[in-house]
Amino acid sequence: MERIDNLFHSYANRSLGMIDPEGIETLCSDMEVDHTDVRILMLAWKMKAEKQGYFTLEEWRRGMKALRADTVSKLRKALPELEKEVKRPSKFEDFYSYSFCYCLTEEKQKSIDIESICQLLDLVLGSHFRAQVDYFIEYLKIQSDYKVINMDQWMGFFRFCNEISFPDFSNYNPDLAWPLILDNFVEWMQLKQT
Amino acid sequence: MGCENIEFDQGWGEMEKGIEKLKRILAGEKETPFTSREYMTLYTTIYNMCNQKAPHDYSEQLYDKYKETLDEYITSIVLPSLKDKHDEFMLRELVERWLNHKIMVKWLTRFFHYLDRYFIIQKSVPALNEVGTTCFLNLVYEDVHPTIQDIVLSLIDKEREGDQIDRALLKNALEIFVEMGLGQMNRYQDDFEARFLQETTNYYSRKASKWIEEDSCPDYLLKSEECLKKEVDRVSSYLHSSSETKLIKKVQHELLVLYVNQLLEKEDSGIKVLFRDDKVDDLSRTYRVYNKISQGLDLVANVFKQHVTIEGTAFVQQAEEATSNQASNTPGGHEQVLVKNILELHDNYMTYLNSCFQNHNLFQKALKEAFEVFCNKTVNGSPSAEILASFADHILRKGGSEKLSDEVIEETLEKVVKLLQYVIDKDVFAEFYRKKLARRLLFDRGTNDDHERSILSKLKQQFGAPLTSKMEGMVTDVVLAKEHQSSFQEYLRNNPDVHPGLDFTVTVLTTGFWPSYKWFDLSLPSEMVKWVKVFKGFYETKTKHRKLTWIFSLGTSHINGKFEPKPIELIVSTHQAAVLLLFNASERLSYSEIVAQLNLAHDDLIRLLHSLSCAKYKILNKEPSSKSISQSDSFKFNPNFTDKMRRIKVPLPPVDERKKVIEDVDKDRPYAIDAAIVRIMKSREVITHQQLISETIEQLSRMFKPNIKAIKKRIEDLITRDYMERDRDNSHMFRYLA
Repeated sequence: MERIDNLFHSYANRSLGMIDPEGIETLCSDMEVDHTDVRILMLAWKMKAEKQGYFTLEEWRRGMKALRADTVSKLRKALPELEKEVKRPSKFEDFYSYSFCYCLTEEKQKSIDIESICQLLDLVLGSHFRAQVDYFIEYLKIQSDYKVINMDQWMGFFRFCNEISFPDFSNYNPDLAWPLILDNFVEWMQLKQT
Repeated sequence: MGCENIEFDQGWGEMEKGIEKLKRILAGEKETPFTSREYMTLYTTIYNMCNQKAPHDYSEQLYDKYKETLDEYITSIVLPSLKDKHDEFMLRELVERWLNHKIMVKWLTRFFHYLDRYFIIQKSVPALNEVGTTCFLNLVYEDVHPTIQDIVLSLIDKEREGDQIDRALLKNALEIFVEMGLGQMNRYQDDFEARFLQETTNYYSRKASKWIEEDSCPDYLLKSEECLKKEVDRVSSYLHSSSETKLIKKVQHELLVLYVNQLLEKEDSGIKVLFRDDKVDDLSRTYRVYNKISQGLDLVANVFKQHVTIEGTAFVQQAEEATSNQASNTPGGHEQVLVKNILELHDNYMTYLNSCFQNHNLFQKALKEAFEVFCNKTVNGSPSAEILASFADHILRKGGSEKLSDEVIEETLEKVVKLLQYVIDKDVFAEFYRKKLARRLLFDRGTNDDHERSILSKLKQQFGAPLTSKMEGMVTDVVLAKEHQSSFQEYLRNNPDVHPGLDFTVTVLTTGFWPSYKWFDLSLPSEMVKWVKVFKGFYETKTKHRKLTWIFSLGTSHINGKFEPKPIELIVSTHQAAVLLLFNASERLSYSEIVAQLNLAHDDLIRLLHSLSCAKYKILNKEPSSKSISQSDSFKFNPNFTDKMRRIKVPLPPVDERKKVIEDVDKDRPYAIDAAIVRIMKSREVITHQQLISETIEQLSRMFKPNIKAIKKRIEDLITRDYMERDRDNSHMFRYLA
C-alpha cells in the first residue's frame, strides 16, 4: 500500500494532489508506452478514472491493486494481461462505453466532435473491426448531417459491428431502431458498391 | 331336443336349407318369405351350436362358414353376372347385385346374430356386417371400381354437355363407393372424387378459355353463375355432400379466379364500361358472384381501385394540359374544374359502393386508396392541398361566381371536407386555408359567418381541433372587432378633441391565430399618424399589457381623387394610399424620392407602383412609360385619369405565398412529431421502436404523413434532451424518462 502511494506521489502534481497530463506522460515514457496508446486508456478504465488526463489517488490505488502492481516495471508487465482482459467479450462492451465517457471533458458535455470520434474509434475499435471502422470513419468525415456523435450513436455502432453482416449488410433493416446515422452510412456504402 | 349336442354337420345342414331358400328368394324365384318359425329355428340352431361344451362349441367354425357362404355366393352368382357387361348396363347390374348382397347379409346376420353378441367381442374379430361388406369389397369392388369410375365420369360429362342421364342410378353407384369405405370416406375420395375433381377442372378450364374470348363480361358472369348452380344441383342429386365445397372451389377457380382480370378489364364490356353505362345489375352480379369465392372480392376490389385511379388521374392530367396549353384566362380556373370533377367522381362511386357493392369495406378501402393516389398530385406547381383550399375559398367568397344557394354551398363544403381525408398533407391545406381565410375576413365584405363557422366545425369534427383552433380564433377576432368598433366610436364621441377628423376602423387581430405578416416600417402620411395615436389612446383604456403592431399592408383606404374629367373615389390598400398621398405635396417624384419618403423595401414598392401606373388603372403616369418599374423611373399624378364608374377598386395582386406556406409547414412538422412522440412515450412508458413509429404515424395521420427518417431524427433528438432513453438490454425498445 505504501509503495503504491509513494509511486503515486512521484508522478503527481503537488498542488493539485493528482497526477496530471504531464505526470501521465512521464509515467508513459517510464513504461515505454506511447501516451496515445490504447493501453493507457485501458489503464484508465481499470482505475475507473473519471477525468481524462488525470488520476486521483483513489483511482490510482484502485488500478494498482487490481493489477497487483506497485512498481513501474510490474505495471508494465501487467499490461498484456490487462489487454487480454479488456478484449474479453464480457468486458469489452464496458470498456467501449467507458472510453466515450472518458472523452467528455466539459461538464454537461454529451457529445464528442467528429474529429475526436474518428480518432477514438480507430484507437478503441480498430483492432477488432478494422474494415467497418475504416469505412465508417471515411463516411463520418464526408457527411454533414452530424457534427457531433452522442453516446447512443456510439454504442449503436458497436452493436452494428457485432450484429450486422459486412460489407453486404444483408441483415440490416433501416426500419428498426438503428440510429439514423447508421441508416445513412449503410445507404452511402450501398451506393458506393453499385 | 334335450341336452344332446348337435353335431356340426347336422347343424350346418339345417342352416344350409335356410341359406338355399334365401338364395332362391334373391334370385327372384317363386318362394314364400321366411316365417317366424323358420327364422327362430335357424337362430336357435346357431345359438345351441355356440353354447355347447367343448369340443362341441362351434362358434369359430360357424364364423368361418358365414364368410365362406358369402364368398361362394359372390363367386358363383355375382361375378359372372358382371362379366361382359358395359357402360350403363354394368352400372345397373352392379347396383342391383350390391342391393342383393346387402339383403343377403342382412338375413344371414339375423341368423348368425348370436356370433355378433359374444364371439366377435371375445375374439376381437370384425362384426358380421363388416365381414359382409368386406367380402363384396375384396371379391367384387376391387376388381371393378376403375371401370365403374370411368362409366360414372363419362355419364357426368354427358350431363354437363346437356344430355339427360339416370341420376338415381348414379346416386346408387356412388353410394357403393362410400359404403366400401367401411365408415371412412377414403374409397369414395381415392377411387372416384380425386379424378372427378380433376376432370371437372379440365372441363371448366376448356370452357373458360373459350368463353373468355367469345363472351362479354356480363354474359360470362351469367354463364358462370349458371354453371355453379348446376354443380350444386349435381351434388344434391347424386354426389356425396362432402364433395360440394371442393367441387365449387374448383369451378370458381377455373371460371372466375384465373380470369378475373381479363374478364373485368375487357375493353368493350368490362367493369369500366359497366360503370360508364351505369349497369347496376351487372355490377351487382359481379359482386354477388365473387363474394362467394374466398378472397374473390379482393380481386374485384383491385380492379375497381385501378379503374377509379385511372379516371381520377385522367382528370388531373386534363387540368395539367389545359393550363399549359392556354395562357391563363381565369387564374386557377382549370383547378376549379378539376376539383368539381373529382367531387363528382367521388359522389358517383360512393353511390355505386352502396348500390352494387353493399358498402363492403374492401371496396371502401379500394376507393380510399384510389383517391389517395390522385388527390395528392401537384398540378402545374400547385400542390393538391392548395388547390382544395382555393376551391373552398372560391365558394366562400360570396358564393362563388355562380351565386350558389346556401344549401348548395353547405353541401359542397361538406364534400370538400370529405375530399380532404384523401389529401395527405392536411397541415398544408390548413395553412393555405388560413391565409385565404384571413384575406376573406379582412377584405371580402359580406363574408357569410355561418358558412365560415360551419366548414370549420366540419373540419374540426373530421380532423380534430389542432387543425382549426387558430382559424376559429380568427373568425372570433373579426366578430369582436365589430364590437370594439362601436365602443371606439363612443370613445371618440366622449373625447371630441382627440377626434382625428376622418372615419377609420381598426381591427385588432390576436397574434398566433392569424398568419404571420411581414411588418413594414412604413413612414405614414401625417394624417394617418394622428389616427394611430388616437386608437392607441383608446386601446389603453381597455387593456394594459398588450402591444399593438400595426400591419398597414392589410388596411384599406378610400381616397377621393380629384381628376379633371370627374372626381372618382379610389379604394386602395393603405400602402397604395401612402404612395398616392405623397403626390398631394409634390407633382413629380422619382423612384428614389419615394423610397426615401416611405421607407419600404424595393420588392414591395415595385409592386405598389406597378399597380398604380402600369396595370388596369393608370392613376399615376410613369416616365418612361414602359411596362415594368425600374429604379430610375419618375412618376406624376395623372389628372386626366377617368373611368365610367364613380368608385373603383385598384387591385394589388397578392404575393405568391406558396413557397412560404410550404416552408412554414415544413418548419412546424418536427415540433408536431416531437409532441406526438412524447405523448406516446408518456402513456406507454416502454415501447418498441416499431410500435413507436407506427403509433406516431397514426397519431399524426390527421395532419400529415411523416417519413420514418424524420421520426427517427426526432427520437434521437429527444434522447439527447433526456426525454427518453434506449433500453439497456434491448436496443430496439425505448423508455420514457419522467
